[in-house]
Amino acid sequence: MYESMLKVINGYGLVSGFAVIGVTMWVSYWLSAKLTKGRLHGSAIAIFLGLVLAYVGGVTTGGQKGLVDISLLSGIGLLGGAMLRDFAIVATAFGVNVEELKRAGLSGVISLFVGIVSSFVAGVALALAFGYTDAVSLTTIGAGAVTYIVGPVTGAAIGASSEVMALSIAAGLVKSIAVMILTPFVAPLIGLNNPRTAVIFGGMMGTSSGVAGGLAATDPKLVPYGCLTAAFYTALGCLLGPSLLFLSVRGITG
Amino acid sequence: MIIYGVAFLALCTLAGLFIGEVLGKLIGVPANVGGVGIAMLLLIFIGSYLNKRGLFDKKSEQGVEFWSAVYIPIVVAMAAQQNVAGALSGGPMAILAGLAAVGLGFALVPMLDRLGQPKTKTAAPSKPIPSTQR
Repeated sequence: MYESMLKVINGYGLVSGFAVIGVTMWVSYWLSAKLTKGRLHGSAIAIFLGLVLAYVGGVTTGGQKGLVDISLLSGIGLLGGAMLRDFAIVATAFGVNVEELKRAGLSGVISLFVGIVSSFVAGVALALAFGYTDAVSLTTIGAGAVTYIVGPVTGAAIGASSEVMALSIAAGLVKSIAVMILTPFVAPLIGLNNPRTAVIFGGMMGTSSGVAGGLAATDPKLVPYGCLTAAFYTALGCLLGPSLLFLSVRGITG
Repeated sequence: MIIYGVAFLALCTLAGLFIGEVLGKLIGVPANVGGVGIAMLLLIFIGSYLNKRGLFDKKSEQGVEFWSAVYIPIVVAMAAQQNVAGALSGGPMAILAGLAAVGLGFALVPMLDRLGQPKTKTAAPSKPIPSTQR
């Protein structure tokens, strides 16, 4: 009995993924309607549930891929992997208003630079506060606060120690998870309810999974605008991290 | 046919990611430079061109709309495979650094929004007064 079930679920991973995520969505929308009277989006609850399950998965298996490390649930890895995620994000562009996009274009570019520099400064400030003084560690931790990809890429380029690299990845992960959870609550306070601010938001936060999840939980209509700018963030961060940002930090710390 | 829409979406995605990879190589960055964003722009512009010439019918559109509609479940599946345990095991510095970056990012969104606003629109005096006059 049990073996037959395992065989089916493992052999049809993606299909099982659809089933598990579908049930999660149903539960979340039910909770949203019953407990919050719809004030908190069902998608926000679903994403939060996903993160909680990922934590449970990570703690029980000791792996790095959350729930997917539980072999029965590996199909979720296919469904939420980079391939289908990017495919679906591109599909959301179908409803984009070109005029809105043009009007926000320049602000989007500015926000990319401001977003990278401000995240970097925040990361460096915290690293300073916790007693790091060498330019390499400061830069790597600051770059980790940009995204969890910029951190290790920068660290590898300037020769950071592996502990500092691990810290920078953790900082980036915290950022991306915090964006997913907090965005629906902060959105009304910062006017995140139109394509223009969504473009700016994408450039300010930049973590593609954070922006994708945060906007989905806030208002799905805003997703393509934010994801469009966020798509350029990590690459720009990888470009600036080991060069301009590292040189500035080295210039200041001497 | 629906598959035309799905194939069109697939071609835009692949082309965008390919351009992003090549750009990364050219600039010398070990990352895809805006691949998803370029793919979105391709979809928007080629899609509206085909639409105007009547080459993209309702059925084909459904092939793109389906994937746009399952976007949220896919993001939930994505959330379920984040390394949350790893993030929290980074200790207080990593957690505070991540949160500080997010807080600063949120705080700067309204500022940038005001900054780039076309002049005719900022003329509306009601909004900026309370924060600037204090």
